[in-house]
Amino acid sequence: MDIKVNVREAPGDCYIVELSGEIDVYTSPKVKDAIGTLIDRGVYHLVINLEKVRYIDSTGLGVLIGGLKRVREHGGSVNLVCTNPQIKKIFDITGLVKIFGIFESEDAAMKSLV
Amino acid sequence: MNQAVEQSFPEFVELRIPSRAEWVALARLAAATIANRLRFSIEEIEDVKLAVAEACTAVIQYDGHGEFIELSCEAQGDSLRIRVRDGGRQAALSGVKERIGFEEARVAGLGVFLIRTLMDEVSYDVHPKNGTELLMVKRLAGRPD
Repeated sequence: MDIKVNVREAPGDCYIVELSGEIDVYTSPKVKDAIGTLIDRGVYHLVINLEKVRYIDSTGLGVLIGGLKRVREHGGSVNLVCTNPQIKKIFDITGLVKIFGIFESEDAAMKSLV
Repeated sequence: MNQAVEQSFPEFVELRIPSRAEWVALARLAAATIANRLRFSIEEIEDVKLAVAEACTAVIQYDGHGEFIELSCEAQGDSLRIRVRDGGRQAALSGVKERIGFEEARVAGLGVFLIRTLMDEVSYDVHPKNGTELLMVKRLAGRPD
C-alpha cells in the first residue's frame, strides 16, 4: 500500500497534484506534505487529480479540506478530478461536493479555477 | 474461490494488529475478504472497508489508545457483524471527538459520520478498564439472487 504523488506545473499559475494509490491514515501525511509545500511556495491554485486513487478515507478528506482552507485564505482554489464512482460517493455523502469543484478531466478542472 | 457463504453456518475471522497507521490496510483487507464471502456488491464491500478503516483510525488518533486493535468479523446469513476493540484504558472509539484538536476533531467527526452512514447498525460498548468495543453490522440489501 502506497501513495504516489506527482506534481506538475500547468498554465496559469496552476499546479496539478496527481495522486495514485490509496489515501489513508498512513499515507495521507505524504499528500499533506506535497500540498503544503506548494502552498508554502505561494501556489494557491491547485488541481488535485484523484483519477488513479483507489481509496480515500476521512484523513485523506481532511488533507484536502485543510489544503482548500489554506489556499482560500490567499484567494486561491482547489479543484478535484475524480471519475471513480466509489470516491465520488464519499464526497457526495459527506457533503464535500458542495465545497470542492469536482470534474471529470484535468482540462475541465483547470478551466474552472478562479 | 468466491462462493457466497452458506446460510447455515457462520464464518468468523479475528485479527489483532498493532494500533499504528501502517496496519490499518490489513484490517480493511481482512474485512473486505470476509465481506466478499457474502453476496455483497463491490460497492458494499468498499463501504465495509471504509467503515473498518475509520474505526481503526479513530483508535489510532486517540491519545489513550492501547497497544493493539482487535478486529473480529462474523459472516452469517445475510449479515456481516464487525467488532473493533481498542483495548485502551479509556474509551478511544467513543471519546475521540472530545479529546483531540479542533481540525482533527472535524476529520474524526467525518469518520464517525461515514461509519454511521455506510453501516446498517452501529453501537458502542464502553468498558472503563478495557477500552471500547464498536459493533458494526452490514446487511445484504434485498435483491434478487
